[in-house]
Amino acid sequence: MPMLEVRDVHAYYGNIHALKGISLNVEKGEIVTLIGANGAGKTTTLRTISGLLKPRQGKVFLEGEDLARYKAHELVYKGMAMVPEGRGVFSKLTVAENLDMGAYHRTDKDGIQEDLERVFSLFPRLKERRNQVAGTLSGGEQQMLATARALMARPTLLLMDEPSMGLAPILVEGIFDTIQEINKEGTTILLVEQNAHMALQVAHRGYVLQTGEIVLADTADKLRENPVVQKAYLGIE
Amino acid sequence: MRQRLESISFIDIILWLFRTLIIVAVIWGTVATIFNNPYSAENWIDFLVFGIAQGSLYALIALGYMLVYGILFMINFAHGEFFMSGVFTATVFVADPLNQIGFLNAHPILALIIITLVAMAVSMGIALLTERVAYRPLRRAPRLVPLITAIGASFFWQYFFRGLYGSGVHAFPTVDALKGNLTIAGIEILKTQVVVIVASVLLLIALYIFVMRTKTGKAIRAVAEDKDVAALMGIDVDRTIAITFATGAAMAGAAGILYALLFRQVHFFMGFVPGIKAFTAAVLGGIGSVPGAALGGLFLGVFESVGPSLFLEGLGITASYQLKDVIAFTMLVLVLIFRPQGIIGERLAEEKA
Ligand SMILES: Nc1ncnc2c1ncn2[C@@H]1O[C@H](COP(=O)(O)OP(=O)(O)O)[C@@H](O)[C@H]1O
Ligand SMILES: [Mg+2]
Repeated sequence: MPMLEVRDVHAYYGNIHALKGISLNVEKGEIVTLIGANGAGKTTTLRTISGLLKPRQGKVFLEGEDLARYKAHELVYKGMAMVPEGRGVFSKLTVAENLDMGAYHRTDKDGIQEDLERVFSLFPRLKERRNQVAGTLSGGEQQMLATARALMARPTLLLMDEPSMGLAPILVEGIFDTIQEINKEGTTILLVEQNAHMALQVAHRGYVLQTGEIVLADTADKLRENPVVQKAYLGIE
Repeated sequence: MRQRLESISFIDIILWLFRTLIIVAVIWGTVATIFNNPYSAENWIDFLVFGIAQGSLYALIALGYMLVYGILFMINFAHGEFFMSGVFTATVFVADPLNQIGFLNAHPILALIIITLVAMAVSMGIALLTERVAYRPLRRAPRLVPLITAIGASFFWQYFFRGLYGSGVHAFPTVDALKGNLTIAGIEILKTQVVVIVASVLLLIALYIFVMRTKTGKAIRAVAEDKDVAALMGIDVDRTIAITFATGAAMAGAAGILYALLFRQVHFFMGFVPGIKAFTAAVLGGIGSVPGAALGGLFLGVFESVGPSLFLEGLGITASYQLKDVIAFTMLVLVLIFRPQGIIGERLAEEKA
């Protein structure tokens, strides 16, 4: 049984048919990437999985359980966490308070403390700035905070929406290293990216999304070799 | 230069003249009053202390506007009725009976605590009901819709409680222990005013700690900033909004009892004026933070208590004290025109929709 299964999902914004029958799955322990151009429906896919948007048709399963009856905030208890598009840090809360919010649903004080130390060792910069208001962090630091905050939920499935967006190339490498590291420690990851080049390097498998439809699905290696992907997403003629 | 001149519109000039006129009038009146010196130092201290007491009440009520605006960007016009419902109910069902059996004056502290808790609970209940029935279903409606509903809810509760307890003015029982004055640092202050000020400060501090330090308080701030992301953290957004309403209403409920101690009467319409004054205070304070609301309330209370004597009498206006409400509402209009971001803090904003 896959950890996450999206089955024939249709989603709308008013009359806009944003997802036209998406199916994908993510196995336990994998990094799966969903690549596609701007406006393809990547964020909508993640919003549907995380319960922020209810599909009009189709289903989402987490470890075999239909998620239709859960609200977004209940899915955290099922092991799902998200790094939202544009990072979504609470800019008026301090770094430490943002991390507290990541662990909002947890009651295991010792475990939370343990995870706090873990994310601080992963991102020492955040430790230095723990009492600083998040709005004053740089873009790269905010991305670290958004990732760290999601990890504070101790998720089994981590959804990431364009973590490399708007970051300097040198920081992008760091983010993808971190993604691999988090995955090696046992977290399954669904990674949405426009940066297909980097995403296909770290992912095991990938899906290509185009105007609300999945047009290609394969292992990351095969996708990298695929002439269509090379032309449209990797800039190779 | 030419472009700058052209960009100054007719309206700007009028507003500028208006502002100058008011500043001149205030300064003129103040100077005239100081020269004529119609009041003693004790008079001024009385005005000031009364202003602080009144202002602390505005501050407590203003918190409710501030919290709800912060989380929903909605001006909850029914907040004055949350204030009224608690104290009115507590007066009829608790304070009066406790007074009749003599418990109120036998154990004034315990009795007042019970009365206050009942008022807070009723205000919270009314707030939760209003939020659930009248506001929550409209969460995704255009912003004007909940605003109109709030006005409707305000009328509903006024007439509801009028029907329940009558349209007359009920006297709030006198607490013997709070009669008379207390001398603090050589200044004579009414005991009720001392109670009002001390209780308000304690409640404000408690609320500040709640919002800034507790997990629920952080969740309130997180939801205020981004509801979707808050939900992704596992925060139940609807529940947090309800808690926010209840918190503001609890403060209003407590303020209601303090108001009754100060003015000794309750009636179904009592929420209206303090409600608008507190809203003014919230706007003055920038409608964005607990200290902002507190300072806005204090400022308004002192201003309308000291102001009439200070600058209206100097202008030759008699019975100036009758004009204190005019001062408050003039201030609201002025702030909305000239400084919508408040004295400190953020704007009553359209960009936040
Ligand atoms: N809130 C919204 N209201 C209306 N249309 C939207 C909204 N969000 C996204 N869309 C539309 O849905 C489509 C998919 O958007 P999105 O999922 O954000 O794409 P991506 O994340 O791949 O850039 C786009 O056509 C976009 O214009
Ligand atoms: Mg997107």
